[in-house]
Order: sequence, then C-alpha cells, then structure tokens
Amino acid sequence: MAAYAGRRIALLGPVLFGVSVVVFMMLHLTPGDPARMVAGINATPEQVEEVRRILGLDQPLHIQYLRYVRRLLQGDMGRSLATREQVLLNLWPRYLATVELTAAATVVAVTLGLTIGIVSATRQYSFIDSGLSVLALVGISTPAYWLGLMLMLLFSLQLGWLPSAGRGGFAHLILPAITLGTLAMAVVARMTRASMLDVLNQEYVQAARAKGLRERVVLARHALKNALIPVITVIGLQTGQLLGGAVLTETVFAWPGIGRFLVDAIKARDFPIVQGGVLISAVTFVVVNLVVDLLYSVVDPRIRYSSVGD
Amino acid sequence: MTGRKPRERGPLRRFARNRGAAVGALLVALMVLAAMFAPIISPYGPDDADLAAALRNPDRLHWFGTDNLGRDVFSRVMHGGRVTIPVAVVGVLAAVSVGVPLGLIAGYYGRFFDTIIMRLTDILLAFPAMLLAIAITSALGIALSTVSIAIAVFSTPTYVRLVRAEALRLREREFVIAARSLGATNRLIIWRHILPNSLSLIIIQSSLNVAFGALTVSALSFLGLGAQPPTAEWGVMLADARADMRVAPHVAAFPGLAILVFVLGFNLLGDGLRDAYDPRSKR
Repeated sequence: MAAYAGRRIALLGPVLFGVSVVVFMMLHLTPGDPARMVAGINATPEQVEEVRRILGLDQPLHIQYLRYVRRLLQGDMGRSLATREQVLLNLWPRYLATVELTAAATVVAVTLGLTIGIVSATRQYSFIDSGLSVLALVGISTPAYWLGLMLMLLFSLQLGWLPSAGRGGFAHLILPAITLGTLAMAVVARMTRASMLDVLNQEYVQAARAKGLRERVVLARHALKNALIPVITVIGLQTGQLLGGAVLTETVFAWPGIGRFLVDAIKARDFPIVQGGVLISAVTFVVVNLVVDLLYSVVDPRIRYSSVGD
Repeated sequence: MTGRKPRERGPLRRFARNRGAAVGALLVALMVLAAMFAPIISPYGPDDADLAAALRNPDRLHWFGTDNLGRDVFSRVMHGGRVTIPVAVVGVLAAVSVGVPLGLIAGYYGRFFDTIIMRLTDILLAFPAMLLAIAITSALGIALSTVSIAIAVFSTPTYVRLVRAEALRLREREFVIAARSLGATNRLIIWRHILPNSLSLIIIQSSLNVAFGALTVSALSFLGLGAQPPTAEWGVMLADARADMRVAPHVAAFPGLAILVFVLGFNLLGDGLRDAYDPRSKR
C-alpha cells in the first residue's frame, strides 16, 4: 500500500508543475502587452514601464516563472488589480463557500445516484428501471443553470418554500446543492446501474444465491461491495467537475463562491485574481482525485499491483 | 450501457436500444434543420422587437411567447442553434484533428512519445472542464472563437486517451503483425489498420463531446463569457430572461428546453451507437 501511495504521490509532482506553468502562462498568452493591460488603458508609457519592472515582466520567462513559484510557495498570489488586496485573502472565504456548495452537491449526487442505480439494477428492464434510466439521461443533458432557474421559479418564487439567493442556513443550501448535484447524480446513477448489473452476472453472486442467502444479503454483502469500485472513481472525477460547474450555480443563486468571483474578475481584467482562483481550484481537483485513487486502491487491492498511470 | 451477457439479449432489447439511437438522431436532425433553415421558416426575425407586445404568454401568434423587448421567443430559439451548434462542432472537430493524431502516436509508437503526450494530457485533465474554459477565456478574451478553442482544449484529452488505448490494443493484433511482416510501413499500418478500426469509437466520443460542447457554449454565454446580447443564443436568452422570471417564466423556460433537447439527442445517439458497437461497454 505504501509503495503504491508513494508512486501515486510522486506522479503529483509533474502534474502540479504543469498546472503551475499553465496558470503562469495565462498572462503571457494574452494578446498584446501584459504590462499595458495591467497598468490600464490610460497609463503613460512611463507607468507601463514601471508596472513591467514591478511585475518582473522585463525578466526572461524562466526567471519570471521561478519567481512566481517562489512567491506561491510562500502563499503569495499577488494583489488584486482592482482592490490592491492580497489575492489569497480575497479568495479564501469564497473558496470555502464553494467547497461548502460542492460538498453538499456531492452528498446529493452520491446518495441519490447510488440509490437510483441500485434500484434500477435490481429491477432490470422493469417499468421503474426504464423510468429511472430516462431520468438519468435527462439529468446528464440538462443545463444546470436552467435547472436552477426552474427550481428557483417553482420553490422560491411560486411556492415561497425556499430562499432564492444568497448563502445562509441549511435552507439556502438546498436548491443550489440540487442544481449543482443533478448532473453528477445522473452520472453516478448510470455508472452504478451498469456496474451492479455487471457484478450481478458474476458467478460468485450466483453461488451466493444458490447457497440460499437472502437476496438482501447477496446484494449488500456480495454485489454492492464490488460494484462500488468503479463508482468510486466516477464520484471522484465528478466531485472535481462540480468545482468547475459551481460557477453556474453560484451565478444563478448569487452564491458568494469562487466561481462567480472569477467570472467577475475576468470581465474586470483583474488578472491575479483569475490566476489565483484557477490555481486553487485545479490544485483542489488534483488532490481530490489523488485521495480517491488512494481510497480506490484500499477498496480494490488489484490496483496496487498493476502499473500506475494507465 | 450494461454488461449483460449476449445470450440475455433478445431482439426486443436490440430494438429498444436502436430506438434510443433513432430518437436521438431524430432530435438532433430536428434541431440542426431548424437552425439551418431558421432565416426562411421562422415566423419572425430574431431581433424584431415590438415593445407593445413585450412579455406575452405563448399563444397562436407567438408559440413560445415574447421576451422583454417583444421579440418572438420561438424564432429566437430557432436562430439560437445557429450560434451554439457551429461553435460546439468547430471545437470538437479541432479536438479530433489534434487529439486523434496524438493518440495514434502515443499508442502506436509508445516509449518516449507516449510518456510526453500522456503527461501533457494529465496536466490538461488536472483542470475541471469549466475551469479550463474560464482560464482560456481570461487569456484570449471574450469571443465565440475563444469558446471553440476552450471546447477543443478540454475535448482533446478524451481523444488522446481513447485512440491511444485503441492503438495499443490493435498494435498487437494478428492482422497488424501480419501487415508488418509483409513489410508495411508504420505510416501505412496506422492509416490502413489502426485509424479505420478506431473510427467508430471516435464517432461515438464525438457525439458525446458535441453534447457537452453545446452545454459549454450556452453556459459560457449565460455567464457573459461567450455570445453577447442581443445575439439570439440559448445561454444569452436565458441570462436575459432572468429579470422577468416572475412575470414571464416562459421566456426562460424555452431556451433551456432547446439546449436540453439538443444535448439529449446527442447523448441518446452516442449511447445508442456505443451499445450497438460494443454491447459490453459500460457507462
């Protein structure tokens, strides 16, 4: 186990390096002069040069990158061009809000997704199975922001049961969590169903049935445990995608998260904020996937003995 | 979609699966044709405003009602596909043209190429798709061409991985070994054997990628990072409709339904093709 974890964590290095290069290069891929962009349209040539010197943009690219990484390691992501505040201080509360939303959406996706998948699989080809399968297909096809608007329309504007915007208590979390979680729920449901059906056809399940175990025991003890293995990976990947998808839900429900903040920063050309936000989210995604991979290898020992990376 | 064994697959099941693909093809065709012929067949122009008729409920004159400027929502929904569909398709085609060759090289030649290409792919996969799209928009500026590029960038790894796995598998098959022992060059083997045999998987993947691409176009436009008002684009229309949701929910409902139907069509098509091609594949 330790060896596998070691190899898997070692892979983290190159990926994080790549992520930092991509985020660093964002500024340099911008058409035009980044110093001019940062200084603003009305800046004099002297001011532009001043900005260039302060940001170190007059240095060779690799020196700039090394300086960028050194600052990052000290927790310095620069300052917002708009407010002059530390980017990290600016991002952190919003990041926590996004994590809260993402976690809630994951709970929705996993509990409902697993339930739907298991119910579908144990009643294959039944009316319920067909209905749930169609529902899952619609789920992966529905634009989350539209779903959010429709839920808001029904439960907030028409029925008045739930608040339509902002962050607060549990009630505020319900609609955004459902909105964000629906896509992942549908993906998990489809994966669970397929995986359960696969396992239910295996001989050891038939053997368990043949020796007279109750169906409930067969499902819980023998089938579900093995069926969950591929589902775990999907859950990990989906959790990461939720971090990105959160931006739409945050916009719809005026949730004060990192995604909405990033979009506003792009429109305001506040580059350090965008870079910082993208970096934090990407690193979170990478770490979540690492944790899931390690979890996966605990559940399924076969993984540890096969090669990493394939 | 499932891993059931072949003997349990009756003709009825096959039909049921094909029915899904057929419905999907029908939905996609419907949406594409509506978009293509929108200028000829839509009852009104997409930008024909009539403030006197603003926020009308759906009726005989305006099947989907009118928006806050009195524009016909039905006509705008038809025109919306003229933006969303090409932007998504262009992005996916670009991803195919980059991802497929890279996957072929990584899988067929292996070694050094494989390591480099797969490490780069890992880095792209370290970003959630939507986040990558946001990062690219911020670097290249807000434009529809940027949206296509974003779709291309996050779709490319799907082809690299898929085609690489296929190339790895096919490389060791008898017919490839036979071709090689007959003196076929690598280039010939890739073109004649590996690529044609990967084609169905590429098409299936493309169908799913166009679905996700269309969702992305509208999502970015909804955020104000794609098509801009007053363009009749589904995401833009939704963003516009938010202010009047309480009095005129239909203005928000129909553009969203249009996206749903289009994406659902492609997902059904992709699922159906996948099942038809490989009944054992899981998803």
